Amino acid sequence: MVANIVLSEIEYTHVGKRPVRPDGVDKVTGRAQYGPDITLRGLLHGKVLRSPYAHARIKSIDTSQAEAYPGVRAVITAQDLPFASLTREELGAGYQALKFASNHILASGKVLFKGHAVAAVAAANLHVAEEAVKLIKVEYEELRVVISVLDAMEEGATLLHDDLFTSSLGETAKTASNVAAHSRFEIGDVQQGFADADVVVEREFQTASVHQGYIEPQNGTAFWNSDGQLDVWCSTQGAFTVRAALADVLRHPVSKIKVTPMEMGGGFGGKIPIYNEPLAALLSKKSGQPVKVVMNRIEVFEASGPAAGSWIMVKIGATKDGKITACRAELALDAGGFPGSPAASAAMCAFACYDYPNGLIDSYDVVVNKPKTAAYRAPGSPQAAFAVESVVDEICEKLGVDPIEFRLTNASKEGTRRIEGPVYRRIGLVECLEAARSHDHYQTPVDGQPNGKLRGRGVASGFWFNRGFVSSCNVTVNPDGTVGVVTGSVDLCGTKASIAQQTAEVLGIAYEDIKPSVADTDSIGYTFITGGSRTTFATGLAAINASQDIKQRMVERAAAIWEAPVADVEYVDGVIQHKADSELKMTFKELAQRSLTTGGPITAQCNIDPSGEGNSFALHVVDVEVDQETGKVDVVRYTALQDCGKAVHPSYVEGQMQGGAVQGIGWALNEEYFFNDQGQMSNSSFLDYRMPISLDLPMIDTVIVEVANPGHPYGVRGVGESPIVPPLPAVANAVYRATGVRMQTLPITPGKVLEGLWDKNEG
Amino acid sequence: MEWIDFATPKTISEAVELLASKGDRAKIMAGGTDLIVQLRGGRRSLDLVVDGKQIPELNEMSYSAQNGLVLGAAVPCYRLYADATISAAYPGLMDSATLIGGIQIQGRATVGGNICNAAPSGDAIPAVIVLGGVCHIAGPNGTREVATEDFCTGPGRNVLETGEILVSVHIPAPQAHSGASYLRFIPRNEMDIAVAGVGSSVVLDASGQNFVSARISLASVAPIPVFAKEAADSLAGKPVSEAAIQEASEKATAAATPISDMRGTIKQRNHLVGVLTRRTLNNAVQRARGG
Amino acid sequence: MPGPTHVQTTINGEEVDFLCEPRQSLLEVLRDILGMTGTKEGCNDGNCGACTVIFDGRIINSCLVLGVEVQGREVTTIEGLATADGLHPIQTAFLENAALQCGICTPGFIMASKGLLDGEVDADEGRVRHWLAGNLCRCTGYDKIVRAVLDAGQKMK
Repeated sequence: MVANIVLSEIEYTHVGKRPVRPDGVDKVTGRAQYGPDITLRGLLHGKVLRSPYAHARIKSIDTSQAEAYPGVRAVITAQDLPFASLTREELGAGYQALKFASNHILASGKVLFKGHAVAAVAAANLHVAEEAVKLIKVEYEELRVVISVLDAMEEGATLLHDDLFTSSLGETAKTASNVAAHSRFEIGDVQQGFADADVVVEREFQTASVHQGYIEPQNGTAFWNSDGQLDVWCSTQGAFTVRAALADVLRHPVSKIKVTPMEMGGGFGGKIPIYNEPLAALLSKKSGQPVKVVMNRIEVFEASGPAAGSWIMVKIGATKDGKITACRAELALDAGGFPGSPAASAAMCAFACYDYPNGLIDSYDVVVNKPKTAAYRAPGSPQAAFAVESVVDEICEKLGVDPIEFRLTNASKEGTRRIEGPVYRRIGLVECLEAARSHDHYQTPVDGQPNGKLRGRGVASGFWFNRGFVSSCNVTVNPDGTVGVVTGSVDLCGTKASIAQQTAEVLGIAYEDIKPSVADTDSIGYTFITGGSRTTFATGLAAINASQDIKQRMVERAAAIWEAPVADVEYVDGVIQHKADSELKMTFKELAQRSLTTGGPITAQCNIDPSGEGNSFALHVVDVEVDQETGKVDVVRYTALQDCGKAVHPSYVEGQMQGGAVQGIGWALNEEYFFNDQGQMSNSSFLDYRMPISLDLPMIDTVIVEVANPGHPYGVRGVGESPIVPPLPAVANAVYRATGVRMQTLPITPGKVLEGLWDKNEG
Repeated sequence: MEWIDFATPKTISEAVELLASKGDRAKIMAGGTDLIVQLRGGRRSLDLVVDGKQIPELNEMSYSAQNGLVLGAAVPCYRLYADATISAAYPGLMDSATLIGGIQIQGRATVGGNICNAAPSGDAIPAVIVLGGVCHIAGPNGTREVATEDFCTGPGRNVLETGEILVSVHIPAPQAHSGASYLRFIPRNEMDIAVAGVGSSVVLDASGQNFVSARISLASVAPIPVFAKEAADSLAGKPVSEAAIQEASEKATAAATPISDMRGTIKQRNHLVGVLTRRTLNNAVQRARGG
Repeated sequence: MPGPTHVQTTINGEEVDFLCEPRQSLLEVLRDILGMTGTKEGCNDGNCGACTVIFDGRIINSCLVLGVEVQGREVTTIEGLATADGLHPIQTAFLENAALQCGICTPGFIMASKGLLDGEVDADEGRVRHWLAGNLCRCTGYDKIVRAVLDAGQKMK
């Protein structure tokens, strides 16, 4: 089933195949233990009291009635966090960071978004906890609400923080602002570039806040033992990140915190920050019992970390031969109540698919009265791509150039320099474009106007950096010849399989003999998050390196058994043999069986912080059908092409492409946070936060373009994030080609399409 | 959820007595797909939930070509469309029953419950109205009947007095040369609350070329489901034509008083009423002609 | 206020007794009282299907059924599908078609699919997508799930 893989040059034994994942049985039988599934003796249930206001001063909190309620074992507020009793002098330069981190977990002084946690209760069961939480009395003084980035950036805007000063180009401002940071990237001379252009298009765009939409809510269970040992179980993308964040905000030593990552029901970046874990920890400390805190769906929407909404201006100039001369962009991304939107990433990704001589990009990280944003799959890149790829589409139309030809003319290649500095190594954007151009989807003419509806085709490209970062791996050869591979990489989407495949490839043994597992923070070396499209690459590399060491140790062990010099022994395809004496030979299993009596188990370990990660470019093609009478947009055909490097497990690579594409389709068509005029979210349920359902979609065709990443022995690139980038502009461009209406705000709801059609027909 | 008691009466009079004794602190539950969500969300507060599903009359689903359909208030949607005879007799009702929530919701949700919940967007209500459904009510003072178009009195409010329950909805047997259709507009393809919904039924003459009568009802465009009498009456006696249907759709739009909210704007909803009225009338005509 | 209610029911073919408060949903009963955590909570208001079980032969959202309502009835959960002899064909099809990534929606999808295929093994793509419209998946984009269900239908013939 390799029909959808192009450019693959090397056939491996295990890498590139589609074995069944090793942990699949537990997931299809319901046995897999996710964060909310854990149960412990004496477990209490926590419930959080949250602000009903988007922006208000907290005047008083009275928890006495809740504390007295039968069944309640503990009540906490921000006063229970260490920050409450630490001074600015004690904390020095770390003051603001700890203040923001602590206040995010439990509000102190002010609430900054509706849903901001104010207090929490632990009780014998959740219903009792819910009843008790209602008895906590909080006095608020409402303040003016700021929701849009443009309003937040205005002169005289209501400030969220009186101690937030814009950091801009190396300087810190003197007066407080809602703009946390301003970054600028520049190359060449954009003024001249636009003067040299034959066509210039400038447009403004806005995107609404959206949520990652994982089906499993955030959760954390904690037990603070009487000796100060804090054990935490949670669904997280990074157990070590949780441990560090807890150590920081609880001022508790890392050595006394153990985090066990449970199976996780989706993350996409949203399950990196901590929310419930510190609450569970403090409630446990106060009550002396384990406490579980699980968000409900309303809380997930209102108080976890959605993706940044944005305002983006893009201006591109090109010659009549289709060569880009200048790129200009201004991007303002909202961070929610505390700084940290992916504004700078958005700036770096914006024109990453193009090779152009003159560019100027300004990006702004802006706080607003919304929940603090978290990462969502290629953070910042989808928003930027929506703007840039829409403008590119408009330029193509004005020049009468095919959209893929235009991108080929200007494509980033090996040696192209991105505006912020890095020079691309071997990348596969051109190969993706060529694959798209010759694909049946692109070659098939768009069906004109079936049954009275309008059809149109859109294309768009997308980019994500992908990361390396630290991974650890322990490999142990069991006495029966199976191999345990322990990592700290939570498995979101099949990485246990891809790591097992890479291990099997190095060792030359059966895939089924590899037993991958994910360990807690006491049992494995530091490992960064499962995110950033890095796990197959970096944790894979750790497994590969450890496995190379295993081979060496097998050779050394056999040499010892045979009393031969190590240099005379070799490891070939899972067999350890003497180079000269053909009688001296053991299979991997045979040597393993003798390991315990010949010196002990054969193990190896690797900690790695690799560079050499490979960027991933994508090109998506989508056909939409628009009902002119209702404005409804249906996706009728979708093809996702992406340079994935070597696809270790093509089925899971396809899964990333399909899943990311569908999230992007939802972002483009129907997903948004509705805020009323008091900044309160009106649609915090899956009923009115409309994610795509199975009936909304066709099959998502995929083409895996394998341009090997030279930074990895098997050519692996990250793949997981790029797929969410092109769908936003691809769908918008398709709607334009179908209707003649250019959508400059997302989502492209039926109401907006109707308004666009009405305006067009009147104008 | 706050504490609730749960009772399982076996007869109508038991249920009525329980409800009368608790007043607005008790409510009868059929499928629970609205009530449980409301209780959990704190939008409704009760001391007692009375299960209607153990009462035989509320579970009745019977049809005859003479007497039409008796649909107990506790009959889940799936029972309707699982019945070939009833499906064939009332395609317009099936339109609604197959789009309330998804398959899981239809395993529990009932048409009777949808009517009693009295949401302006209730997808079963326009279909039942245009089919001439009559609500059969039992209470402390005996039984009474209310035309479905008179049953809802405001968003989430209906004509039921303390202690009264909806026992069943009676839908007349389909007349010859009649057809009905319900369509709603939603942004996805399932699972959404209607932005606007229209149910239409028509009776044609034997030639199939002329309207004898029609009924039109609108969802999500007023505080209660709208019975667009003037729009429907405008078709009576007219030949079936695009112009007649267009006129009816304009009158239906005139009968709508939508608001703008996060699901849609006034302009959009008015426009959709026109579109959906045309489409459902055309469907109903086709069904009336045997198509 | 009175105490909890004693409920007797059949779950996965076995007679089960439990105590629960009327306000506790079947989902809560399964997960918190009976320790059967295979059925998942995604939204608690009937919009995601992660809590799908089979109740008297129909797929339903267990978050919208009260525990007390299953008195004397029959419930099938994900834990009831595999036997000592092996996985159910739907479970095998999901594995073989890589139809799960994080897997949180998987029990709900498998139960929903069983509700379809038990009656219609020849359901086509359109029918499958319509039947599964009440089950949300955020990881897969549904493509491989639909293929798995179509494949399972063939296996079940």
